[in-house]
Amino acid sequence: MKKRFASVLFALILALLPCVTAVAAEQSEIDALRGTTLYVYNWGEYISDGADDTLDVNAAFEEKYGINVVYETYDNNEVMYSKLKGGGVSYDVVIPSDYMIQRMIAEDMLQPIDFSNIPNYKYIPEKYKNLAHDPKNEFSVPYTVGMVGLIYNTEMVEEAPDSWTALWDENYENSILMFNNPRDAFAIAQSILGMDYNNESEASWRVAAELLKEQKNVSPAYVNDEVFLKMEAGEAAMAPYYAGDFLTMQENNPALDFVYPKEGVNFFVDGACVLKGAKNKLAAELYINFLLEPEVALANAEYICYASPHTEVFNNPEYSFYEDEILYPEDGKFKTQLFLNLNPETLALMSTLWDDVKNYIPSGTGNHDFFFGGSGSAVSTDDGEAMTPEARRYALYIGIFAAVCVAFVIFRYARKKYRENI
Amino acid sequence: MSNRSSLGSKLVASPYIVWSVLFIIAPLIFVVYYSFTDASGAFTFENITALSKYTPTFLRSIWFGIVATIICLIIAFPLAYIISQKTEKVQRTMVMLVMLPMWMSFLIRTYSWMALLQDTGIINNLLGKIGIDPIHMINTEGAVILGMVYNFLPYMIMPIYSVMAKLDYSMVEACQDLGGNRLTVVRRCIIPMSMPGIVSGITMVFVPSVSTFYISQKLGGGSFDLIGDVIERQFQQSYNYNLGAALSLVLMVLILISMAVMNRFTGDEEGVVI
Repeated sequence: MKKRFASVLFALILALLPCVTAVAAEQSEIDALRGTTLYVYNWGEYISDGADDTLDVNAAFEEKYGINVVYETYDNNEVMYSKLKGGGVSYDVVIPSDYMIQRMIAEDMLQPIDFSNIPNYKYIPEKYKNLAHDPKNEFSVPYTVGMVGLIYNTEMVEEAPDSWTALWDENYENSILMFNNPRDAFAIAQSILGMDYNNESEASWRVAAELLKEQKNVSPAYVNDEVFLKMEAGEAAMAPYYAGDFLTMQENNPALDFVYPKEGVNFFVDGACVLKGAKNKLAAELYINFLLEPEVALANAEYICYASPHTEVFNNPEYSFYEDEILYPEDGKFKTQLFLNLNPETLALMSTLWDDVKNYIPSGTGNHDFFFGGSGSAVSTDDGEAMTPEARRYALYIGIFAAVCVAFVIFRYARKKYRENI
Repeated sequence: MSNRSSLGSKLVASPYIVWSVLFIIAPLIFVVYYSFTDASGAFTFENITALSKYTPTFLRSIWFGIVATIICLIIAFPLAYIISQKTEKVQRTMVMLVMLPMWMSFLIRTYSWMALLQDTGIINNLLGKIGIDPIHMINTEGAVILGMVYNFLPYMIMPIYSVMAKLDYSMVEACQDLGGNRLTVVRRCIIPMSMPGIVSGITMVFVPSVSTFYISQKLGGGSFDLIGDVIERQFQQSYNYNLGAALSLVLMVLILISMAVMNRFTGDEEGVVI
């Protein structure tokens, strides 16, 4: 039903198209692809899917070229990477973020795109080309762009924050959310410390980790997608997240507001790529080109709410976010940095430091403890090694439990002996 | 004759044998292999020695597992007894009610608890209506343990109930005839006879509680990392299969040890427990 509706809609759109730019591939080659299958692997909620009378992009593509689209989604770059690396899967098109594109290029997981099949690449403005992750524009075609910022609830903060340090403010204890992934979380600490997000010095990552541990004094909740639920419900006062997602949240809770902190923020570009070993390369390029058709790009931009790197979208006065100050701030108005791929040692370091941050419980906070009452242990606070006061407390509990069990077994044994003797 | 039957039994067992070799034994071998190799495949003990920094996480997981198991047992034992005393029709309904939450996805149930417990959640809203100050419940140890108890309680109730339903009631009557008061009847008769159910209930709650990962992320706000969370992160975020496998291996060994200890603790049962 939905599909039929979409195809009607698509027929209308085709009629409205001023001209459909021809791709370099011969028409016969394209016709030969009818009935084949294209495997697309994209972020969740990252394409207009026909809900609420929007354009169903995949159905429209199937309609136009007769190519079946198998569409699967992932939650984050790392999950996508692990799945591809793990083997046993084969996709044609993936849409990772900048640093992951660079990593996949370095590990020879992508193949160069034949841009003669992507005439719509002309809609991508120069500022999104030649970026450091794909310096020669060989492997990726920008799909969405965006920036991270600080979302806050105007009813819950005393004054509007303008700095990332607001996330360390003890007045907002239990009311702060934080990224639950290392790269984004570290970027916030690095912004405050004035560091480069892509530096590979061990010492500086350790300093940033210390700052993230310090944040535990305000008991932040580490969240992924729950950020929507929590910010919309007024559960938390502040959360760092993507500008595009803020617009979605604000629709449900008008008390929310947004700021790009003065220390600088992460700027990202998600790009469509063709995987090495893609079984249907030409179809993959047709698909990427199709995503850049102005109507399709507009439908996606409206649906995803992220900024679009497409001139025909952001220059279109009918676009809901036309000249939106949050999605499309003036160039250079805010300090931004792109994530780039880190060397394996730094990646491993980041993972272990992140484990440390997650495990760290600051001594002296007893507020987690409605269950056991009091912060338990009064052991000294030298948590340089593995045994933090908290760990000692658990060890103590387990020890008491084990001792009770052992005592019970001994008691029973003794009683049995005693009874046998009478 | 015996030959034929053994061939027949082999044939009957073969689907499971194939299944267990493919999906249980082979993955276990992979876990062991990954635990003792580095990213390039060379033999190393580094993954195992790197585990010492996760001691607090292991301790926390085990402690949470113990607490959740004890609470489940305290709730499930009387409930299972009450159910087993009802007429068959009522029993069927009550068992269905116990199972009912399990028809829904574990993830959705945990997510709903988040909506219930949060500061602006349903419970605190109701409390606010009757004039009680909101209680901070989400992102605490208690919330994580509550999530475990809620999710794994049916695994405790069902085995205890199924043993109690078949319990020979004449034993209970004999105990009463011999002058046992209610407490004595429970202590000397019902608990010992339902011991097999209690033991399997403890196993079925403790093992998933220790290794769970989703509950602590949603209800603990990501601040109470359990060992399952760390393992998940190694596979999904860090792409460090080797450390993840080493963590899993140690977790398996720890669970095996606790099971062995528990079997010793309850194995030589002959009547008297308490």
